[in-house]
Amino acid sequence: MTLTKEPQKQARPAEPARIPQRGTNKIGYWLYLIPGILLVTVVIFYPIVRNLRLSLFHWRGGRAEEKWAGLDNWIALFSDEAFLQSFRNIVLVVVAMVIVPTLLGLIIASLLFDVVGRRFSGKLSSFLRATYYLPQILPIAVAGVMFAWILKPNSDGVLNQFLSFLTGNDVEINWLGGQYSTAMASVMVLMIWIQLGYPVVIFMAALQRVDPQLYEAAELDGANWYQRFRQITLPMIQPEVFVVALTTTIASLKVFAPVFILTAGGPSKSTYVPSFYAYMEFIRGTDKGYAATIASAITILVVIVAIIFIRAQNRAERKGEES
Amino acid sequence: MTAVTTAPELPRKEKEQRKNRRPRTIAEWVLLTLSILGAMAIVFPILLLLLNAFKSPADYANSGPLDLPEKLDFTGIQDFWSRYNFPRALGNSIFISGMVAIIAVIISVLNAFAIGIGRVRGRTWIVLIFLLANLLPQEMLFDPLFRLYDSLGLLSTPWSVILTFVVIQSAFGTYLLASLLGTFPKEILEAAAVDGATKGRTLRSIIVPIMRPTLSVLMVFFFIWTWNEFLLPLAFLNTSDSLTVPLVLEQLNGERQTDTTTLIAGTLISIIPTIIFFLIFQRTLTRGITVGAVK
Repeated sequence: MTLTKEPQKQARPAEPARIPQRGTNKIGYWLYLIPGILLVTVVIFYPIVRNLRLSLFHWRGGRAEEKWAGLDNWIALFSDEAFLQSFRNIVLVVVAMVIVPTLLGLIIASLLFDVVGRRFSGKLSSFLRATYYLPQILPIAVAGVMFAWILKPNSDGVLNQFLSFLTGNDVEINWLGGQYSTAMASVMVLMIWIQLGYPVVIFMAALQRVDPQLYEAAELDGANWYQRFRQITLPMIQPEVFVVALTTTIASLKVFAPVFILTAGGPSKSTYVPSFYAYMEFIRGTDKGYAATIASAITILVVIVAIIFIRAQNRAERKGEES
Repeated sequence: MTAVTTAPELPRKEKEQRKNRRPRTIAEWVLLTLSILGAMAIVFPILLLLLNAFKSPADYANSGPLDLPEKLDFTGIQDFWSRYNFPRALGNSIFISGMVAIIAVIISVLNAFAIGIGRVRGRTWIVLIFLLANLLPQEMLFDPLFRLYDSLGLLSTPWSVILTFVVIQSAFGTYLLASLLGTFPKEILEAAAVDGATKGRTLRSIIVPIMRPTLSVLMVFFFIWTWNEFLLPLAFLNTSDSLTVPLVLEQLNGERQTDTTTLIAGTLISIIPTIIFFLIFQRTLTRGITVGAVK
């Protein structure tokens, strides 16, 4: 970019008539932003403002009157056991949607790229990559219904039948409705299954950028696979790791469908996540002001996480450029 | 932003030499087996569906999930197809996702043109605002938009979902395209200006044709993302003839008296359109994800 800029700067004063005046010209570009800004205002800003405002009121919905609540809703949030539980579950969701897929994704991507792609066949490697990616493009509702079928509670359930076959006894575990531990674990397995392909594809694309001669040089120096991974692969694909961590962390704060379909928050609200809680309060709850408070809290958290990540990324980039 | 470039292919000979420089070790065979086993674990649930979707209810009850069906039976599939009016759901999904894909790409291009080429004042903030639109949790939109669409009479029409997702998807498109257009070669634009091209003409005849590969990737993405959406369609589409494919399946799952075979068959059928796109667009897709990843 800098290369193309320089000659222009010199050329401009020499031929001023050729290039249209910048200042007056720019206003015309605003016309192109009108539809986009109009749409964002209606579909994004209006809801944000409305919910933030509503979080300061008690409101039963419909034609009922809005009653000023001040910060009551926000204070209530922090002593609401269902809300706190939903946030504790987010920690587990982050494990299932960010940590496990990123770590496994690193291993699988470098296996597919380094071993399968380079030592066996590139075709096989892209085929396997596509296979890992498949769950990412399935509608999440479809994936959820499929898992719900496999995890059916009675002897009809596929997993229960497997276990019965393996142990010789009749296994009838109520995976989704029985207890918190199996229900949450089931939701987490579904999330890992869905998420895994995303880091695999992105990391493999990143690995293509790495100069193969680096690896060859390291190999000649006697570095083993792990050393090459630590010293070359990880530093080189760090930007992609950042992107994956950011996008999946935000996705996990907003997660809704897996819980809605698999457990519907049960047994007894134990697998609630914030997004699901807000949804339930909006449609079933008696105070929409409180529902708006939950939604606003998630939004604020998402924005904070995004800012932290982007800052960290900028700092890392600057460091990378300095060194 | 690195655009869609693939690493230059090594000459074939050199490639072969590199691959065959040393024999494959046992460890490498083990690692190969592991990565294949992992992939098999991923497709396993889908294979299970395939195996059980063609069983009759009696056959399903009497056999294990891993047994082959006695004979191919289409009751489950027929049941799902007619009772839940799957063709209508398919039509709804295609219409909604198609409209979103087209309109959202147009809006993204217009926005990105003003931001990336026009370099309007405050563009960093404008990009941040669009980014926020993409980050926003959907439950923040759900209630206010529900009321808004209700008063406009858009509820349970495809347009409620189309309008919403045009904005959400084009927010991502704007973010991506604006940074791509920020590095668009100035010489081309200046040449166009010299030839007397207006802004609209430059956009239509120069920028869009050059950006076409990226735009088609974006379009595929918007289509699939919208196709898979769940929460907001669930909230906005409430009549049985407005449902999309994921919603029909969810409804089927929620009904207690549903035959298991109907449910499995329905799940399988709902997967098929996605798999078809996947096969058609596999190359575009993987390229596209790369475009999204590298900033």
